[in-house]
Amino acid sequence: MPEVVVRKKIICVEEIFHEGGPVASTALRRAAALAVIRNPFAGSYIASIEGFMDDLKPLGLEMARTLVAALGGDPKSVEGYGKGAIVGAAGEIEHGALWHVPGGYAMREVLGGAKAIVASTKKVGGPGTRLDVPITHINASYVRSHFDAMEVGIHDAPRADEILLALVMTTGARIHARVGGLKASEVIGEDGLR
Amino acid sequence: MKAKIRKIATFVEETQREMEREISPPTRKAAAVAVIENPYAGKYVEDLSELMAIGEELGELLTARAVAALGIPGPSAESYGKAAAVGENGELEHAAAILHPKLGTPVRRVLGKGAALIPSSKKRGGLGVVLDIPLGHKDAAFVRSHFDGMEVRLNDAPRANEIMIAVAVTDSGRPLPRVGGLTKNQIKGEDGLR
Repeated sequence: MPEVVVRKKIICVEEIFHEGGPVASTALRRAAALAVIRNPFAGSYIASIEGFMDDLKPLGLEMARTLVAALGGDPKSVEGYGKGAIVGAAGEIEHGALWHVPGGYAMREVLGGAKAIVASTKKVGGPGTRLDVPITHINASYVRSHFDAMEVGIHDAPRADEILLALVMTTGARIHARVGGLKASEVIGEDGLR
Repeated sequence: MKAKIRKIATFVEETQREMEREISPPTRKAAAVAVIENPYAGKYVEDLSELMAIGEELGELLTARAVAALGIPGPSAESYGKAAAVGENGELEHAAAILHPKLGTPVRRVLGKGAALIPSSKKRGGLGVVLDIPLGHKDAAFVRSHFDGMEVRLNDAPRANEIMIAVAVTDSGRPLPRVGGLTKNQIKGEDGLR
């Protein structure tokens, strides 16, 4: 399959102290790793694309490791995750779906076997398109305090023949989480849901 | 800390390819952005000295964060810039009070030098407003390869009573500079211009 050609990478880290309420004793950190790659399938319909998922695995691992490092280096401090992709105009949404396996695999691998499905979203769009990457708890999708999202995007990407790939990790709950539901402390952690 | 900080975000952008050419080493830019409460929101205040003091604090904090995000010693930074966006209940002059009187000295302290003017931009805007931080070589403003800019944006800032302040630092110029002018090898570094 085609090689993965990276044009640029971006790392964004947010550190949130409060949002109008009491200042948290520990700030919430959210980080996104973005990579802009050439879309090897841009411009025409190609039936067989599945093999490219394996080619993306090393990039996924590198992005996941970068995220853990950006959040302080301890995989145990990561509590939420999500992923997403924006496919440039000459591609199709199915090309974004190629990211599901390598992106998810990479984060589970780096986090030591997280149980929950990795929340995700994707779209086709032009340079500057913004993507709200959904975030959920890494071991139990129903943990309500960890439902979150991080907006990402790059002003000059994706170009028509590119794909923007995103991975997101967070260190905890929304900064003033208080709408009940399953708590992180109540997670059983067997089925990935509760 | 005089500033009441709601959140801090850092962005690192690394360009590895441009127009199918490999950029080696990759060009890298980092920006650190703080979102703070505007102590003068909603009223006209003659004396803006509190914001000037906040500018001094943030100059140090944001420059240190940006340099750390690049993983380089301060003196290795090549270009810099600063910008601020004031929420709708504030005044453009509030951005000026943060950016101009006192922010520059700690920036230069962290970077070891910085003979050139720190290029800047400011605006008033709502949530998600885009800041284009102008960039110029830190020791010689006329180095043409380093005229650049970096876009930053936070979807949830600035709220009406907030100010968003950004400092950007790079370890390089544009990826493929070829429009002539003064080069970094020709810098005298005395007057901040050449």
